[in-house]
Amino acid sequence: MITARALTRTFQGVPAVRAVDLDVHEGEICGFLGPNGAGKTTTLRMLTTLLRPTSGTATVAGHDLVADPSGVRRSIGYVAQGGMFTPVSRIGDELRLQARLHGHSAREARRRTGEVLERLDLGGFEQRTPASLSGGQARRADLALGLIHTPRVLFLDEPTNGLDPRARAELWTYIRGLQTTIFLSTHYLDEADALCDRVLIIDDGRIVAAGSPADLKRDHAAATLDEVFLTVTGRPLEGAAA
Amino acid sequence: MTAFVVAAHYLRETFRNRFVIVFGVVQPGLYLVFFGPVFTGSGVGSWDVLVPGLLMQLALLTCGLTGFNIVFDHRFGVLERLRVTPASRFALLVGRVMKDAVLLLVQATALLVLAVAFGLRASVPGMVAGLALVIVMALGLAALSYVAALTLGDELFPPVAGTAVVPLLLLSGALLPMEGAPAWLDVASQATPFRHVVDALRALFAGSADGLGPAVIGVVLFLAVALPLATHVFGRENA
Repeated sequence: MITARALTRTFQGVPAVRAVDLDVHEGEICGFLGPNGAGKTTTLRMLTTLLRPTSGTATVAGHDLVADPSGVRRSIGYVAQGGMFTPVSRIGDELRLQARLHGHSAREARRRTGEVLERLDLGGFEQRTPASLSGGQARRADLALGLIHTPRVLFLDEPTNGLDPRARAELWTYIRGLQTTIFLSTHYLDEADALCDRVLIIDDGRIVAAGSPADLKRDHAAATLDEVFLTVTGRPLEGAAA
Repeated sequence: MTAFVVAAHYLRETFRNRFVIVFGVVQPGLYLVFFGPVFTGSGVGSWDVLVPGLLMQLALLTCGLTGFNIVFDHRFGVLERLRVTPASRFALLVGRVMKDAVLLLVQATALLVLAVAFGLRASVPGMVAGLALVIVMALGLAALSYVAALTLGDELFPPVAGTAVVPLLLLSGALLPMEGAPAWLDVASQATPFRHVVDALRALFAGSADGLGPAVIGVVLFLAVALPLATHVFGRENA
C-alpha cells in the first residue's frame, strides 16, 4: 500500500531523511519509531505530499508521490501532530468541509459527519469547539477528520503525543478498530509495541531496523523495543538526540 | 465549485460571529461621525468626497489584514489539513478570497446606508458601480494579504501588515484628496491602484465616469499580479 525506495529529503544541503526504503502492506498498522528529530515527520510529510522528496521514489495506494499527488491525496487521510482545528471552529463544520473537499455532496458530508462522530463516541459533538473538549476527545475529533472520506491509508503523526496514559490507551483502542492501513509515527515504545503489526525504527534519517515487535525482540535478543533500539543505535531511545 | 464550498464554509464561520462584521465597520463609521462633519464643514470636500475614501479604508482594513486568518489556520494545522485533500490549492485560495469579498460587500453596504443617513447624496448607479469596483480590487488585496501572511509568518505579519496599511491608505488620497500634494507624493500616489480607485469612486458618486478607465486598468493589473503570486505562494510546499 506504501512503497518507498531511496526516499531522501535534505534541507539546505542537510539530510533529514536518507535513502529510506519501506513497504507497508494493506490492512496493517505500521509504526515509525524514533526519537525526536530522527526524520519521522519529514518522511510522513513526503508521503502525504506536503513535501517534495529531494530524490528517490514512492507510491501510496498505487499513486506516485511526484507524478500523481492528487491521486495520493484522494486515497489518504492525515492526522497531523498537534491537532487540525482552530480552537473556535465547530467540529461538525470542519468535518463537513473536509468531506466536501474530498468530493462528497452536502448530504453525504452530513451523513458521514454523523457516522464518523458516532463511531468515535463523539455523537452530539457537532456544535462543540475543540477548546471545549478533553485532550483525548480532541484527538478523536482529529481522527474523525482523517477518516471522514474513508481513506485507504491513514497517516497519524504522533497521535497520542501529550495525552495522559489513560487517554493514550483509549485512543489505541479506537485506532485498532479502524480497519484500514495505518502508518503512524511515534516515539513511544509501548505504543509501537501495543499497536503495531510492524515497526520501522528510524534514527538520524535512516531505517535501522524493521519487523514485527515480536520478531525485532527475538532477532536482537531483547525483552523490549527499548532494548532493540539500544542494540541497533547504541543508545536508549529516551536519551536519543532531539 | 470547490472554491464556493470553501467560501461558504468561511462565510458561515464569519457570520456566526457578528461582532467581527460590526467591528469592521466601526473604524470607518467613527470617521463618518467624528471626521465627516469637520471634513464637510471645513470646505475640504463633501460627503461624496469623504465616503469613497472611507470605502477604501474599509477595504484596506478588512481585506488588507485578512491574512491574520490564515496565520491562525497555519498555526493550528488547518492549512496543512486542507492541503492534503484533493482540492486544488487555487480553489482553496479563491474560496478564502471570495469570502473576504462577500464580507466587504456586506460591510461596505452598511457603511453606505450609514453615510446616506449622515447626508451623503450620491448617484445610486454610481454607488453600485463604485461598490463593484472596490470589491473586485479587494480580491487582489485579500490575495496579497494571504501572500504576506504566509511569507512573513505568525510573528512578522501583524506588525508589518498593520504598518503597511497606513501609507497605502494615505497615498490613496482616501482621507484627503491628493490634488494639493507635492509632486513626489503625487507620483507615489499615482503608482498605487488605490489612488485611481478612490478617484474613480469620487467621480462615480458624483454621477460621472471620469477616471474609471485608469481605475479599471489599475485594478486589472493589480489582479494580474496578485492572483498568480498568491496561487504560487499558496501552492508552494511549507506555505
